Amino acid sequence: MPTRRTVIAGSIAGAAAIGAGAIALAPHDETIPGTLSGADFRRGHRLRGGNFPEPSETVRTRVAIVGGGVAGLAAAWTLADAGVQDFRLLELEDRTGGNARSGRNDVSAYPLGAHYLPLPNAEAKGVIHLLEQLGIITGWQGDKPVYDSYQLVSDPEERLLYLGKWQEGLVPQKGLSEVDVHDLKAFFAAMKAYEGRRDAQGRPAFAIPMELSSRDPDLLALDKLSFAQWLDQQGWHSSVLRAHVRYACRDDYGTEPDQVSAWAGVHYFASRRGHAANADPDTMLTWPEGNGHLVGRMAARLKDHFDCGRIIHRVARTDKGAQIDALDVASGRGIRVEADAVVLATPHFVSARLTADAPSATGFDYAPWVVAAVTVDRVPAGPGFEVAWDNVSWTSRSLGYVVDTHQSLDRVPRATVLSWYLPLSDLAPADARRELLERPLDYWQDMVRDDLLRTNPDLKGAIRRIDVWRWGHAMIRPVPGYFWDGRREAAAAPRPPLFFAHSDLSGLSLFEEAQYRGIRAAEDTMTHLSIPYRSVLT
Amino acid sequence: MADLSEGGVARPSRTGALLLASAFVVATCGLIYELLAGTLASYLLGDSVTQFSIIIGTYLFAMGMGSWCSRYVRKNELVTFVRVEVLIAAIGGCSAALLFLLFDRVQDFRLPLYGLVLAIGFLVGLEIPLLMRILKDRLEFSDLVSKVLTFDYVGALAASLLFPLLLVPHLGLIRTGFLFGLFNVGVAIAVILMLPQRRRMTIELVVAILVAIVLAAGFVASEKIERTAEVAAYGDPIIYADATPYQRIVITKRANDLRLFLNGNLQFSSRDEYRYHEALVHPVLSRVANPRDVLVLGGGDGLAVREILKYPGVRSVTLVDLDPAMTTLFRKSSMLVALNHGSLLSPKVHVITADAFSWLRTNRTKFDAVLVDFPDPTNFAIGKLYTISFYRELARALNPGAMISVQSTSPLVAPKAYWTVATTLEAAGLTTRGYHVYVPSFGEWGFVLASNGPIGAPGALPAGLRFLTPRVDTLAFFFPPDMARRPTPVNRLDNQALVREFDAEWSVFEG
Repeated sequence: MPTRRTVIAGSIAGAAAIGAGAIALAPHDETIPGTLSGADFRRGHRLRGGNFPEPSETVRTRVAIVGGGVAGLAAAWTLADAGVQDFRLLELEDRTGGNARSGRNDVSAYPLGAHYLPLPNAEAKGVIHLLEQLGIITGWQGDKPVYDSYQLVSDPEERLLYLGKWQEGLVPQKGLSEVDVHDLKAFFAAMKAYEGRRDAQGRPAFAIPMELSSRDPDLLALDKLSFAQWLDQQGWHSSVLRAHVRYACRDDYGTEPDQVSAWAGVHYFASRRGHAANADPDTMLTWPEGNGHLVGRMAARLKDHFDCGRIIHRVARTDKGAQIDALDVASGRGIRVEADAVVLATPHFVSARLTADAPSATGFDYAPWVVAAVTVDRVPAGPGFEVAWDNVSWTSRSLGYVVDTHQSLDRVPRATVLSWYLPLSDLAPADARRELLERPLDYWQDMVRDDLLRTNPDLKGAIRRIDVWRWGHAMIRPVPGYFWDGRREAAAAPRPPLFFAHSDLSGLSLFEEAQYRGIRAAEDTMTHLSIPYRSVLT
Repeated sequence: MADLSEGGVARPSRTGALLLASAFVVATCGLIYELLAGTLASYLLGDSVTQFSIIIGTYLFAMGMGSWCSRYVRKNELVTFVRVEVLIAAIGGCSAALLFLLFDRVQDFRLPLYGLVLAIGFLVGLEIPLLMRILKDRLEFSDLVSKVLTFDYVGALAASLLFPLLLVPHLGLIRTGFLFGLFNVGVAIAVILMLPQRRRMTIELVVAILVAIVLAAGFVASEKIERTAEVAAYGDPIIYADATPYQRIVITKRANDLRLFLNGNLQFSSRDEYRYHEALVHPVLSRVANPRDVLVLGGGDGLAVREILKYPGVRSVTLVDLDPAMTTLFRKSSMLVALNHGSLLSPKVHVITADAFSWLRTNRTKFDAVLVDFPDPTNFAIGKLYTISFYRELARALNPGAMISVQSTSPLVAPKAYWTVATTLEAAGLTTRGYHVYVPSFGEWGFVLASNGPIGAPGALPAGLRFLTPRVDTLAFFFPPDMARRPTPVNRLDNQALVREFDAEWSVFEG
């Protein structure tokens, strides 16, 4: 019976073999067009060095939001909804959007990070409210939202290359041993039970936002174990189940199952209860540019409040409110922002550097990722099931690729962009980040191309360009203890007039969590400043 | 055991006989491959005189080159002979299967066709001189030439008689190829086994056995190959074939039966298409009080338009088709123009080359009647054209009281898929009534009539219809129990229920 160790050993051997194969396969004469980019680490790393110019200008605003990712945008959206005009959003990069940023070329728009939003649970009131405002929810039938059918992910959603053939779905259906069948069935039955469970106060066992989850002790106890340990305890050793679970952990957390809290592991499988009047319950919303669609539409409304290219290096409380020191990258000048309140919508490891009011970032660990936008002349094919939105190879180190033109209504076969995802979870995060900094473009391009051609030999000769995007700190790693040992709650606690907003504070790098944290911080800010508002969270 | 090495004592009787027999086999197989290529070319490309003539010329020329090149084989004639034999077996044996599989997958089919003919001809041309040189020590020169050439020509006769009388009708082209490949490789194996142990060509033997296994497997799987290479499955001679970026268009003709295939699926047979197109068009147009503006989605063959133009009140027909190759073909070819009565050349007809869904989403024109004549929902891309989202867009393009007809596959073979179309149209807010007719080349075929108003009795039909009468119209709306309405899901972009049902029901039917 394979144990976790054998499965992991197998996958490492597989990765090594793939690496060796890549060297043997790589032709050295052809260069593929493309770019190597990512979150601007030079700007980010300036924080480490300090040595910023003294502020030569002071500006005043009522509320300052630091960080223009989903949390910061949601905070700004909430302020705008309440009629607050006097606020600024300060962003390090030249563009807002955070992990939901996207790119575009002459073939298609494509995500650089997050690429879909699952149908929100009933308790995700902030998300539902936003989707109504954006016209993505077009109406209601009873308690079920009606979604714009063009934004629901088209069928088929997923396919898996397993034993040489594509099959529908992500869990292998054919070629399973008795142990596999048994363990898969037992595992999914257990997840189903967690999904349906409510506590005495009526809270779901696993909610999104996670803050609304039950606090039943047996559930919180899951956080003390890794997901792999928990599966061992259940006696589920099926290699197929373990590999599927590994896929899930890497997919949502960029982290291996023996480093993911079992609470997060179960959350992945048991928290989705979104429903719709005109769609299956477990479906998703997606766009060619991924969640870039959502942040793009949010930014369109809020852009007059943006100050991009600002390296914030100090946030402090003062007797009148708060003070922010920033470097304007364009002019090289120091700027001081004085505000009545500040929403720090930055990852916790950044917040901890910016202000003494944030607790230390020890125990906050981040997963590095590589995302590639691969422009190809034709849609991938392959033996077995037709091409789907999400296409995963059982044996690949990568998580596979998403077809960014999947939502197109056209029958015309044509060029497309594939978004290829790789969490560097098999390396220690620091080592992986060094790789990200040191390896040149062609190293990543060769990796992407070889992986893609192994999965889809039919794409030989069809790869037009490969643009590589590096995320050094893509997402918080939800390690055991992270959720309920106190460190997360401490980081989330507001220190008026400073309010913290980031998905780190949930431990789950999801749009819903970031948006929830942003709304909450904005609402807390308005309460603190005695600005009247109507909460969208209650 | 014969020993063919220099200095060995050969037993000419046995070895010589084998080698002469191999001359016979080589010649027979060679000619069979040539005939296969010629038949295949005229079948796939049409114009058999040209095809056969070019193939024969190419083949003979290649044989000549092979013979000439045989001079460069200075030693080890026997080893070369065996290797060439194995190579011919592999290339020739697979040639028919290969050509069928490649036909609609390559830009220019002539390249692999003539490439294979050249290769086979070259190798066969190489063989006869080699054989003569191997046998030269065993036979008198005059005897040698007369025997080898006799076997060669007798083999040719055998091949040319067997091919049309026995092989093509009973085995088919693909299987014939594999069979003769097996004969070729059999000769190679027999020659190797005739050699004494110490002279055995082990590698050659292993390769020859592998080739034999592949050929045998191909022979067994030839039906499957035939299905994969759908062009091999057309019953009638192909007179036109084109692989456009959107689909593979094939037209076949036997006697007065002209057939159009898209991606291997029959679109019409000229013998009974009037039944289909009268049933698609007239129940709709006769129920609209005064149809003026008509939309046709799909139907680039112009046959539905032919029926629509029988209503003199129609002032415009908008035809939206994906593939410009289709509408061009059905405007230019005299044979096809005769069939659609030049409908696509009418000044009333506006042909729009577009993807129907995207076009409809941006369309602002309204119509009195719409005929939806898409291919069956065999894949997810086509399945989108049968969804509630599509029908909602379609409903926006209707004038009050307008009627739609949707071709909806066979209610007998795929009742659940058929009624899914009706359920989906209703979910889009339209009234529906299903009807069906018998089209011999399709079988029992279904349509769904839909409207934003009530669906009443038909009005007057135009004169000159061959199939539809008011009585036939009435009967068409009656469904016996085996096709009767049943509950179905709504087909949506995010569930593609129709494609899944269609696939399940038709694969049971086709086995």
